[in-house]
Amino acid sequence: MEYFLQQLINGLTLGAIYGLIAIGYTMVYGIVGMINFAHGEIYMIGAFIAVIAFAILGPLGGGGVVVALLVVLLVSMLLTAVYGWTLERLAYRPLRGSPRLAALISAIGMSIFLQNYVQLAQGARTKAMQPVITGGIEVMKGETFTVTLSYVQIMIMVLTLALMAGFWTVIARTPLGRAQRACEQDRAMAALLGVDVDRTISLTFVIGAALAAVAGTMVVLYYGVIDFFIGFLAGIKAFTAAVLGGIGSIPGAMLGGLLIGLIEAFWSGYFSIEYKDVAAFSILVLVLIFRPSGLLGRPEVEKV
Amino acid sequence: MTTAATDRETPPFAAAAREAALTAAVALALTGPMIGLHAASQATGLVIETRWPEVAIAVALVFLGRFLLALLGRAFVWPVLAAGLAVAGGGLFVPFPNALLKAVCVAGGLIVALRAALMLVRPRMTAAARAKPALAARWVAPAAGAAMTAFALLLPVMPFADRQLLDLATLVVIYILLGWGLNIVVGLAGLLDLGYVAFYAVGAYSFALLAQYFAFSFWEALPLAGLFAAMFGVLLGFPVLRLRGDYLAIVTLGFGEMIRIVLTNWVALTRGPNGISGIPKPSFFGAPFARSPPEGTEAFHQIFDLAFSPMHRVIFLYYVALTLALLANVFILRIRTLPIGRAWEALREDEIACRALGLNPTSIKLSAFSLGAMFGGIAGCVFAARQSFISPESFSFIESAIILAIVVLGGMGSQIGVVCAAVLLIGLPEWFRELQDYRMLAFGGLMVMIMVWRPRGLLSHRDPTVRLPAARETPP
Repeated sequence: MEYFLQQLINGLTLGAIYGLIAIGYTMVYGIVGMINFAHGEIYMIGAFIAVIAFAILGPLGGGGVVVALLVVLLVSMLLTAVYGWTLERLAYRPLRGSPRLAALISAIGMSIFLQNYVQLAQGARTKAMQPVITGGIEVMKGETFTVTLSYVQIMIMVLTLALMAGFWTVIARTPLGRAQRACEQDRAMAALLGVDVDRTISLTFVIGAALAAVAGTMVVLYYGVIDFFIGFLAGIKAFTAAVLGGIGSIPGAMLGGLLIGLIEAFWSGYFSIEYKDVAAFSILVLVLIFRPSGLLGRPEVEKV
Repeated sequence: MTTAATDRETPPFAAAAREAALTAAVALALTGPMIGLHAASQATGLVIETRWPEVAIAVALVFLGRFLLALLGRAFVWPVLAAGLAVAGGGLFVPFPNALLKAVCVAGGLIVALRAALMLVRPRMTAAARAKPALAARWVAPAAGAAMTAFALLLPVMPFADRQLLDLATLVVIYILLGWGLNIVVGLAGLLDLGYVAFYAVGAYSFALLAQYFAFSFWEALPLAGLFAAMFGVLLGFPVLRLRGDYLAIVTLGFGEMIRIVLTNWVALTRGPNGISGIPKPSFFGAPFARSPPEGTEAFHQIFDLAFSPMHRVIFLYYVALTLALLANVFILRIRTLPIGRAWEALREDEIACRALGLNPTSIKLSAFSLGAMFGGIAGCVFAARQSFISPESFSFIESAIILAIVVLGGMGSQIGVVCAAVLLIGLPEWFRELQDYRMLAFGGLMVMIMVWRPRGLLSHRDPTVRLPAARETPP
């Protein structure tokens, strides 16, 4: 029972991170209809910027951990957002209206480029960071096993919930969200009605990149170890999460992220840690075979 | 590019400079923290090292490039052409802190100059001259194909063909074979497969394991490798082929990764990450390529009464790969005109119409998937013979991406396009060995640039292979 609870906590934390990355995939897919394959790399860049920012702020000391965290989070979100914007501007905007595969190849090219760019700029070795937040709460004390909920895990969950709430208001209440939903339904019609489609798409990439940067910062806090290759697997898993939840659906991305996180945590807790990625993919295949539009996705009706 | 209204208000140079300054600011935000600050791991923890000169140069180059392009948009063609050439030429002589910035400077200058030159040339081209390529394509493609085949056949006897070049040529041919195989799936049947490397791995591991446990030779294992891969294609394809587009892509990607994970972790069978070594080289139909063959057999050089040379084996492997590739080419060109090939193309264009006409999409897709897989398996077998050592590392997602890039860059459905793209993507990077560190960086950048420049691929080919004869004119 205690072991189960601990895996549940770990899975939810991991799921929150996947969910944040998955939102970037699902939003872009909803509006532009393409897989932004370089999104995993954007997340990785967010993590690197966070590490660099921590390394600068570390020696300065004082000011308390909370201020440092906030500064790092904001810096990482801001700079990563610039990466997201540039990515769209250079690699995707010229290809709008071209065959879909062209955009996908361009995205894969960008992904390779960014990975090697970070590897060249920051080195290929893993970067380890001193833990910034330590300690936690003992939730339950069993005879052999103590369930702990670390402060980092609490922070990740709270921050994710807050961001989701904020993000949801943006989509549902603001003019930007309205423009995004309009573009999602019919880009040409939205343009005719005075929505600046290019600007909306750019902002979508910016928001997606900022959320991915939050995920990157939190991974740095949670694991404390990153390298230039983390973007690939996290990106695939987050995309899997987006598809699992129903691509194009934002609550679906969050749900899918949580499910993938839980599957991974339980599988590595109870079965074998080597095959945890296989488990995530197998579940995806099963879901897609029996429910091809994902858990919360609307079934697509093909018109002739 | 700003609108005409703002152009009238501000002088063109100031407007271009403002545009360039904005771009440079973005470049500063991109490169400042990533390149300027390096988090170096040391015993005491992470230490920040700064590299501001590189950032300054990169930002300056971006500013200059954007400024020249902005001027080009305002019809200053000749000055920009001269400036572009000057930047490229100057970049060759001015010392830079690292080779990458130098390359960016020279290449950027040349690209700007090229764009200016194109602007000078283009208006002079008449409509007829522009229409010419379309007409020429009809006989150019077969002629180019014949020329390439002749060149490929004669390559080993060329004076510049050394061992290294032939080894590389074999690798390029393997990728051409892979590209053609994937072309059936992606180019003809229109199914996006991101896990093609799985079949490549199945082929390579079939040969390696058969050779290790049952002492199979290359020639015995080759058909089996193709067969196993095709069977895997059917096995994987059956549940997933009813999915559409991107769902299919992610599921195939998942399968590709799963095969790699299984190969890595099933240590008892595959020796895991250590890989399998000592895979036998192909023999000349039973005659080994060895200086002193085992008792009772005659070696290749003894049969033909030649002096022993290790080159024989390299050349033979090259010809084996080339023969297989040419056979695959003939096979694909033929099957495209058969009902099944036409069904693939029809399915790619409109699945619903196909269904309405009584075609069974699942079995058609399955045939494309398994045939593509078969070629992947054969290529994998040749690859294992070339390397004589394989490990799961050779079959990561990046391989799938490279093969897909070959197909899409070449122009989907085009056989010659695949050859061009394979030479471009596999051959050229090997050539620039000095820039080893920047190879993959340039590879990714090149993929993006080619796609932006020609979104339909270098040689796009989407016409149906077989057409109905033109309808006779009905008398009035």
